[in-house]
Amino acid sequence: MRTTRSLELGTGLFVLLGFAALFFLTTQLPGSGLKLGRESGYLVTARFDNVGDLKPGAPVSMAGVSIGRVESIGYDPRVFKAVVTMRIQPRFNEIPDDSDAAIQTQGLLGGKFIGITPGGSETYLKGGGQIEFTQSAVVLENLVNKFFANFARRGSDGDKPPATEAQQQDGNGSK
Amino acid sequence: MSRRSLAESPPAVALRRIGAVALFLVRILGQCLPALRQPQLLVRQLYNAGARSLVIIMLSGLFVGMVLGLQGFDLLQRFGSEDALGVAAALSLLKELGPVVTSLLFAGRAGTALTSEIGLMRATDQLTAMQMMAVDPMRRVVAPRFLGGVIAMPLLAAIFSGLGLFGAHLVGVQLMGVDAGSFWSQTQGAVKLEDVSEGITKSLVFGVAVSLIAVYEGYHATPTAEGVGLATTRTVVASSVLTLLLDYVLTAMFL
Repeated sequence: MRTTRSLELGTGLFVLLGFAALFFLTTQLPGSGLKLGRESGYLVTARFDNVGDLKPGAPVSMAGVSIGRVESIGYDPRVFKAVVTMRIQPRFNEIPDDSDAAIQTQGLLGGKFIGITPGGSETYLKGGGQIEFTQSAVVLENLVNKFFANFARRGSDGDKPPATEAQQQDGNGSK
Repeated sequence: MSRRSLAESPPAVALRRIGAVALFLVRILGQCLPALRQPQLLVRQLYNAGARSLVIIMLSGLFVGMVLGLQGFDLLQRFGSEDALGVAAALSLLKELGPVVTSLLFAGRAGTALTSEIGLMRATDQLTAMQMMAVDPMRRVVAPRFLGGVIAMPLLAAIFSGLGLFGAHLVGVQLMGVDAGSFWSQTQGAVKLEDVSEGITKSLVFGVAVSLIAVYEGYHATPTAEGVGLATTRTVVASSVLTLLLDYVLTAMFL
């Protein structure tokens, strides 16, 4: 009797662990899976022209220190902008409300994250607040295109100085 | 060359062995449904093959994951993209290391036990005695062991991958200071359900291959002490080689 009990116990433990691992791998690893657990912190939104490949869960940092995470990324059809909701840890509750949020890249191949540069306001961001000043993700391809366009123009025009910012924007827009 | 020596030449022997194993698989499959009607036998084999391999699989998974964390961090750091550590660890564990290392360990831990157990039954005439009592040893002995191994392998591989990921997280995030959010968000962004199912399919195929070889070698072992020892060795060698070979074929299929 005792051997059967320990046998069933061991088998049960094994099967349970196995299915728990399978459940974890199939539902938690792929991005489309279920989300479990709740996080603390207050929510702040920001609207960006272009979020690049920013993903939910990416860090939000100030001066290089992680202060929160990207909770979700949506789209606002009225202003044609991406709405990024960030969850900031409760202990970082003194972020000036005129701060600037920019989408930056970690390293050369790294993922995107949001860097917040503090402003000078005396009032602070609260839960549900919005960061007004934003800077979109730098899309590497556009940068490379710009660089080559610039380069080609310089080559054909001889010793002319490089095109101004406005001209570059023009050239890019007409494409 | 005479006819006899041709039949005994190594290629012919190998061919005959492959055929015998395939026929044995068909015989087992025929007995699988009747074996499922005796679940207590299956539970016992699940315990022998699975629960008893749990400790070695968990420990190996953890340390393989930790090594992946270290090596992956060192490599990715050179390109300034240590955040991709989670993706690297998760994909290599799910698709390759999980199924393959689990299968190799499973062959050593459970496969050898199967072969020597059935081989000793053969050597001590227990299988013949069963036949005398009109009990089919294929149904009573071989099929439950085969099924137990086939069911246990994917579960073990999943446990291996899960703990490996935990080990990579332990080293990468806790020790090396990769951001936990980037680690998981990049992993979730890059891992697709197909990657997970590729790993599960692989481990299932390996489970069939290793269990089949183990029971075949045991069932056909020369009924002596030496014969059982040789059969056990053959199980490890054949199932390890077959695992790696099938891994290549399956990887090529999934790409």
